[in-house]
Amino acid sequence: MTTEDLHELAEKETDRQRQLRDRILYCAAAGCVSCGSHATRDAIKKALKERNLEKEVEVLGTGCMGLCGEGPLVKISSDGSVYERVDEETGRRIVEEHLCEGRKVGAHLIDTSQPFFSSQQKIVLEHCGKINAESIDEYIAAGGYGALARVVTEMQPQDVIEEIRKSGLRGRGGAGYPTGLKWGIVRKAKSEQKYAVCNADEGDPGAFMDRSVLEGDPHRILEGMAIAGYAVGANQGYIYIRAEYPLAIERLKLAIKQAERLGLLGNRIFESDFNFRIDLRIGAGAFVCGEETALLRSIQGRRGRPRPRPPYPSEVGLWGMPTLINNVETYANVAPIINRGSAWFAGIGTPKSTGTKVFALAGAIRNTGLIEVPMGIPLRNIIFDIGGGTPEGTEFKAAQTGGPSGGCIPAEHLDLPVDYESLATVGSIMGSGGLIVMDSTSNMVEVAKYFMDFCMDESCGKCIPCRVGTVHIYGLLDTISRGKGTTDDLALLEELCVMVKETSLCGLGQSASNPVLSTLKFFRHEYTDLLSKPESFVPSVSPDPASAGPADGPAANDGHDSTTHA
Amino acid sequence: MLSEASRQKIELLKARYRQPQAVVLAALWMWQDEHGWVSEEGLREVADLLGLPYHHVYGVVTFYTMYNKEPVGRHKIEVCTNVSCMLRNSDRILDHIRKRLEINVGETTPDNRFTLVEAECLGACGGAPAMQIGDEYHENLDPAAVDRILNELK
Ligand SMILES: Cc1cc2nc3c(=O)[nH]c(=O)nc-3n(C[C@H](O)[C@H](O)[C@H](O)COP(=O)(O)O)c2cc1C
Ligand code: FES
Repeated sequence: MTTEDLHELAEKETDRQRQLRDRILYCAAAGCVSCGSHATRDAIKKALKERNLEKEVEVLGTGCMGLCGEGPLVKISSDGSVYERVDEETGRRIVEEHLCEGRKVGAHLIDTSQPFFSSQQKIVLEHCGKINAESIDEYIAAGGYGALARVVTEMQPQDVIEEIRKSGLRGRGGAGYPTGLKWGIVRKAKSEQKYAVCNADEGDPGAFMDRSVLEGDPHRILEGMAIAGYAVGANQGYIYIRAEYPLAIERLKLAIKQAERLGLLGNRIFESDFNFRIDLRIGAGAFVCGEETALLRSIQGRRGRPRPRPPYPSEVGLWGMPTLINNVETYANVAPIINRGSAWFAGIGTPKSTGTKVFALAGAIRNTGLIEVPMGIPLRNIIFDIGGGTPEGTEFKAAQTGGPSGGCIPAEHLDLPVDYESLATVGSIMGSGGLIVMDSTSNMVEVAKYFMDFCMDESCGKCIPCRVGTVHIYGLLDTISRGKGTTDDLALLEELCVMVKETSLCGLGQSASNPVLSTLKFFRHEYTDLLSKPESFVPSVSPDPASAGPADGPAANDGHDSTTHA
Repeated sequence: MLSEASRQKIELLKARYRQPQAVVLAALWMWQDEHGWVSEEGLREVADLLGLPYHHVYGVVTFYTMYNKEPVGRHKIEVCTNVSCMLRNSDRILDHIRKRLEINVGETTPDNRFTLVEAECLGACGGAPAMQIGDEYHENLDPAAVDRILNELK
């Protein structure tokens, strides 16, 4: 395979598509599949066949189209119409009325000028909902593997790293570490053997971004990893993916096979002396394996327990060799940066948080699904313009970002720009992109308890603060939520939270208290309302001095106290 | 015993890694796919094939929650009860299944048809509440939908 061959393949596929009368795209991501998009596809195909259109109109499955709550979604390629809730009957009508008679099926048509679509900016998801996720030809026709070709044939590894550094890209797996910097460290590490690993363990509750990218555009990840491999000097890549994602696993397996067959992975890529292979490693249900040192141990076939850092995997990783670990979304940004340049990328978002971020909207919100927005967009736009606000008759209460490591952002901070730094100022984190919305019916103590339950279950047990601390915190939350807690319990709760945060070995324990601390900060009254009144309680006395805010003024604590729990 | 095909696959995988240990998770998956769960016999066979001490394989299998350490029914129902699903009433789904099958979480129906477990976030929060049965995802559940799904599974 040479660059010319790649262009030829792209042209051939583009020609093929041009000769079709139209293309009907249905969402074949897990969300739509589970509400019956395969039956819809069959109905559409049958209707086409009945009209002898099956050769002129292609029906293809794409990655996530975004509006997961309204599936199955179907899109008509020629005019961009998108239909929601397309059951078999509607599928048949789309063929009959839209394709044959040129009349749109009004009742199911989505208004694509609504902010859900127009406020988004798609880089990571640009192919999702547009190309057939199972076809390497379509990926190539959309410019795929062009960045890899350029990198391998025209650029020095150092230039690639410089380009990524200048783009300002930061890790999308949660911590936001500058990607170019990390690549540089792995490049500099002296070793015969290096590895590039993709973290596809996505375990944060509320997060399904990586899953959608893997299902919808798997080649994007392979291309990003190969470019990274070239830049850092690795010849072997591993994708560590959670076993709960069977469809993503299938698509990745297929994509790897296709890329190997065309020589885009393997030996002598683009006739250079760069070799790169990618293997899949499948997890087995342990949240902590998303933590990088635990992940590496799991790839090596061991219990997935984290170890103290330093040394960082960039220096001592798989089998002791320097290992680059990046998140799925981080890799997905690589090819576009190479194609369009670091300056273009750096111009999107804010100066310190460049590019876009994919968020998974879930919980009490009308438009659940997957969105991609420029960094720095106010939270309000995400929740109300794009997400459509909370369900009928309820009010927005808080948004939780960063899953069990993050915090909640209450209504008074709705105008906060969503970027790494701003989220930290209110005690939350960007996290990997899960955004769970709570409305007036949500009980914040319960939410905190849920996250703690999760951390308690998922603690690997290696360090005591996390193993024992989470159990005690959970116990206190349980006591309080059942109305049996006292002010002493609340004080102990806060003390324990801080202790676990400061003394745990890995990120799981260090951040496990965040949801509690953050709900305490903004919704303290929900805790204090639940406290049982001790016998010696004298109502006229001012609240417990240990507590940081007014004991029971609803929303009186507007977050202006100086403590941040970043 | 593992099938010949799986044994061959394991040999191939072994050659790909610096240490046979790296194949433990994959080998355990193969055993579970063939037998539905990982028995003592499975642990011993995997240990033998990879030339590892038994306790190492035991340590691995007990760390990861998705390996079934006991026999399970023909269909393993994994109901997500994590936050996004909780906010959309996953409790109601779990209760409904419990009542319908007359079993508790962690149990298997006497006819060996279903095992019920709670799952952490399935990454299907856009369609919460959600559950997974085998490789199939089911989303936007309500009790009626659950009934339809379970009726179809023999
Ligand atoms: C408990 C825990 C769980 C994590 N889970 C994930 C995960 O599921 N996916 C991910 O990409 N990073 C996860 N991380 C972060 C990784 O350790 C690591 O920082 C990341 O993969 C680096 O990639 P990036 O620089 O591209 O973000 C987790 C960290 C901790 C402490
Ligand atoms: S919380 Fe249930 S699928 Fe994510």
